[in-house]
Amino acid sequence: MAMLSRPVYGILSPQTGKNHLLIADAEGAAAILDLAKKTSPDFFAAAEVMFVPGPDGGKYVEALKALVPGRLYEGPSIAAAMPRLRQIFGAAHMGLRLYVAGTESLIGQVVQAASEAGIEHASIQTEHRGSWARRVQCVHCKGITENVTTQPVKCSHCGLLLLVRDHYSRRYAAFQGVCINAEDPSEIPPTEEMFR
Amino acid sequence: MKAGSNRIEAVVTDVVAVNELVKRFHFERPDGGILPTFSGGAHIVVEMRDDGRTRLNPYSLMSSPLDTRDYTISVRRDDVGRGGSLFMHSRVKPGQSMVISNPVNLFSLDLRAKKHLMIAGGIGITPFVAQTSQLAGEGGNFELHYSCRSDALATYADVLKQRHGRRIHVYRDDHDEKLDLPRLLAGQPLGTHLYVCGPAGMITWVRNTAAAAGWPAETVHYEHFAAPQPGKPFDVTLAVSGIGIRVGEHESLLEAIEAAGLDPPYLCRGGVCGQCETNVISSDGKFLHNDHWLSEEEHRSGCKIMPCVSRFEGKSLVLER
Repeated sequence: MAMLSRPVYGILSPQTGKNHLLIADAEGAAAILDLAKKTSPDFFAAAEVMFVPGPDGGKYVEALKALVPGRLYEGPSIAAAMPRLRQIFGAAHMGLRLYVAGTESLIGQVVQAASEAGIEHASIQTEHRGSWARRVQCVHCKGITENVTTQPVKCSHCGLLLLVRDHYSRRYAAFQGVCINAEDPSEIPPTEEMFR
Repeated sequence: MKAGSNRIEAVVTDVVAVNELVKRFHFERPDGGILPTFSGGAHIVVEMRDDGRTRLNPYSLMSSPLDTRDYTISVRRDDVGRGGSLFMHSRVKPGQSMVISNPVNLFSLDLRAKKHLMIAGGIGITPFVAQTSQLAGEGGNFELHYSCRSDALATYADVLKQRHGRRIHVYRDDHDEKLDLPRLLAGQPLGTHLYVCGPAGMITWVRNTAAAAGWPAETVHYEHFAAPQPGKPFDVTLAVSGIGIRVGEHESLLEAIEAAGLDPPYLCRGGVCGQCETNVISSDGKFLHNDHWLSEEEHRSGCKIMPCVSRFEGKSLVLER
């Protein structure tokens, strides 16, 4: 059985709400386009779409524009989009519904910011699309390493060799990485590509 | 663990007539010691020895969770009810010994909320008296909207206004004051949780209005203890114990099971907590489900019953008890 903390994602479905905030990165845009097939005609007029295309998502921008959302934001990175997201949460009222689609890293960071704003995580619509690369917290130095695809992985902050666990923290929006060779640092297990 | 069995010997230290319908009862330990800790929204079950019959009724605690030397409840007199409130009003006097249960909270605050929005109707005000004391002590952000019939029946509106000032909003029916709920809900900041306690119709109205305004179900909390409804007497076979019982007109199935000497689990006795859920082995007849615990599907299945509030009409009913 999967570890209980391992997030479970669904398929975006329209919720009753006064307005809607949809956030996607890369392939996540396709989930928003699929959602658009199920929404009422006035849904996107009351919606803001935030999109981080990354290197491969540019092809979706025109299709998202064609949904004619109330607002469309296009950002260079998740990190760049986060302050805007927090600002939206700070000014928003109950009745705002949240939808997130794309990589685990994006979903995790949006859910984390939403929880800090008092949004119950179970009320957020999430759908995974694209890469399974993980955002990992080194439990030793607390540094975050992004886009982890291998097992084990070298911490990009302190350099320890980390076993990437399925243990996920909603509070840190990261999987936990634990030193794999603490007893004998000369022992170097083979590195395998695990999270694509 | 057996729920509901932790009984506390208490003494009634004071009985106060608050208005023509409501009396307040204060309980302390006989030695004046501290009572168990509770959080705002908790209730206790009060045991009433009524001429050979035991009544067990749940009442929300309204005293401050910050001071547990004394537990306080308020009871609204219901002249056409099953008699529990009349017993409390007419038979319970200061100095009397009574047995109460440990507090149980099925209506607790979600302390992750940025703001707590409370809607009360009538005697449904009592859990909020405790919750507002708890939140005020922690510097919490809350707002209470309280609907009542008239100034004379605005139970504790004066106390609450004195304690919490502009956080308290009162709507009096006889002044044609009405809560504009859609407008109130539309203006709430993200991260607000909604709490409602009052008549069943009010709870349904608030829940439906909130759902239509896009409030996620996880942010809407409600409490309504269904009082067991009287009905036609019916016979039940308790298969595990190997006995047959008859449930009287003014008796609940749970009370009849207890009167037969069994000790089934319970917490709320109002169809909310799920503790007394009982499997049906066989039945020939119609279930009268009155609980808020089982799903509609479970109600239709005829495989489960909540004996605290639900009844049966028909030829035979066999329970796994």
